[in-house]
Amino acid sequence: MNQLHTPLQQRGIKLQVLETKAIEVTDLTVAYQDKPVLWDIDLDVPPGVLLSIVGPNGAGKTTLIKAILGLVRPAAGNVLIYDKPYEVQRGIVGYVPQRGTVDWDFPTNVLDVVMMGRYGALGWIRRPGRQERELAMQALEKVGLETYTTRQISQLSGGQQQRVFLARALVQDATVYLMDEPFQGVDATTERAIITLLQELRANGKTVIVVHHDLQTVEDYFDWVMLLNIRRIASGPVADTFTSDNLRQTYGGRVAFVKK
Amino acid sequence: METLNILNRFDYTLMIVAIGAALLGAVSGALGTYAVLRRQSLLGDAISHAALPGIAIAFLLTGSKTPLILVLGAAIAGWLGTLLIMSIVRMTRIKYDSALGVVLSTFFGFGLVLHTFIQRTGNANQAGLDTFLFGQAATILERDIVTMGILGSVAILITVIFWKELKLLIFDEGFAASLGFSTRALDILLTSLLVIAIVLGLQAVGAVLMSAMLVAPAVAARQWTDRLSVMMLLAACFGILAGVSGTIISSSASRIPTGPTIVLCATVVVGFSIVFALNRGLLWDWMRQRRNRQGLEAAANRLFKEPQQGGD
Repeated sequence: MNQLHTPLQQRGIKLQVLETKAIEVTDLTVAYQDKPVLWDIDLDVPPGVLLSIVGPNGAGKTTLIKAILGLVRPAAGNVLIYDKPYEVQRGIVGYVPQRGTVDWDFPTNVLDVVMMGRYGALGWIRRPGRQERELAMQALEKVGLETYTTRQISQLSGGQQQRVFLARALVQDATVYLMDEPFQGVDATTERAIITLLQELRANGKTVIVVHHDLQTVEDYFDWVMLLNIRRIASGPVADTFTSDNLRQTYGGRVAFVKK
Repeated sequence: METLNILNRFDYTLMIVAIGAALLGAVSGALGTYAVLRRQSLLGDAISHAALPGIAIAFLLTGSKTPLILVLGAAIAGWLGTLLIMSIVRMTRIKYDSALGVVLSTFFGFGLVLHTFIQRTGNANQAGLDTFLFGQAATILERDIVTMGILGSVAILITVIFWKELKLLIFDEGFAASLGFSTRALDILLTSLLVIAIVLGLQAVGAVLMSAMLVAPAVAARQWTDRLSVMMLLAACFGILAGVSGTIISSSASRIPTGPTIVLCATVVVGFSIVFALNRGLLWDWMRQRRNRQGLEAAANRLFKEPQQGGD
């Protein structure tokens, strides 16, 4: 009896010592038609970090984001956001999908897209009103697009599209943000503006998870990193985790990147 | 003289038929906006072809030629066909376009077999069933108008109620799902709306060409506006225009089938819009390119010629 109880107590004590986790992924496996895209992933993200997920093409970065959001059904495993499943916590989660996943020729304007970030809080049937409009305007000011409110979305540049998506996530007023390649196809100035915004979010205690491609900027931009290639290679603070050895394991020796 | 002749024909029957055509044009035009923006233009084709066996089965079961019963059969069959396409895509590795093609042709083939079977039985009541193939607007009666009006109003009311959800589903399905909207439920709702739009027009336009009434007005409307609400309104207007003008033309001479005439009218609207629309039209493009080229040439002239002159 005692033998059975001891480890439980130990775990109980350990749980008390640890802080709550913003995101806790346990044993997550996702497969598309027998082919595993994510294999047995464990990931603990403490609150208030700016974490980048890096890995080669086909490493499952987007799928991991989608699995955390409940958009793909895992074959096994579990995802918790502040100790509760996503279905309960979706009100505190903001999402920036890849820019290329939508048709930018859709007949609508910038303000309208940004207001979509309030649809979750509005729920079924209720229409956005003045309050939603004001929140959207504030978010557009933050991303520097306040003069673009009535602009047709097909007339935006790649960087502007990205900032519209970012503004849409900002009006969600979330605690945890998941962003799929927010730097994709943006110029250096926009990249600077976006990362400043993300660091601001972190300074306000938000947890921000970003799928990222550019290994050169990981150390400058982020304080946490997850190295992913179907399996989790490593995750933790950038200083301990972003090592040449881990990178080689992630990219299989094909890494054209020399660490400082 | 010719216009007078047409005006004289604008009697009570023709008025009923024209109202029916206007109704179907408005509803299919408005709802077709969703199909076009979602790149599901061919789904309408699948629904209308899949509806055919439903009409035959409804007739065989009830022996009735009441449009309401036949349309109900068509709606159920069309809906089952669409559900089958969705299930095939979800559960097998068959791609959407292949699933669509298989279901469309199988249901249509089955429908043709049933219709031939009904004709062979020599049932005196059966004449008229094949109007559902190419449409016969002249068969529209006052009670059909009432049915179409109610069904169409319900469909439009649903789009108004779920305006925000349907817009989000079509623009960014993943984001909609992340916010907690059931995209599956919305998908079924949207499909049901398209089924309503299709079966409304089966009697007048026919199964073969009805999908054109879903696609053409919306494509034309997209050329003129960058706003979803305006696009839907315009598409409804273009649908009415095509429906009414097609009906009047086909009734002005005997033996002109209504369905194809209505579709040809819709095509004229599309053609005109593609060429002449502001901003998006071909003519506009051509003028803009010409202006750009002239501007460029002028700039090049200034750049390369003036220094030479200055040097002389």
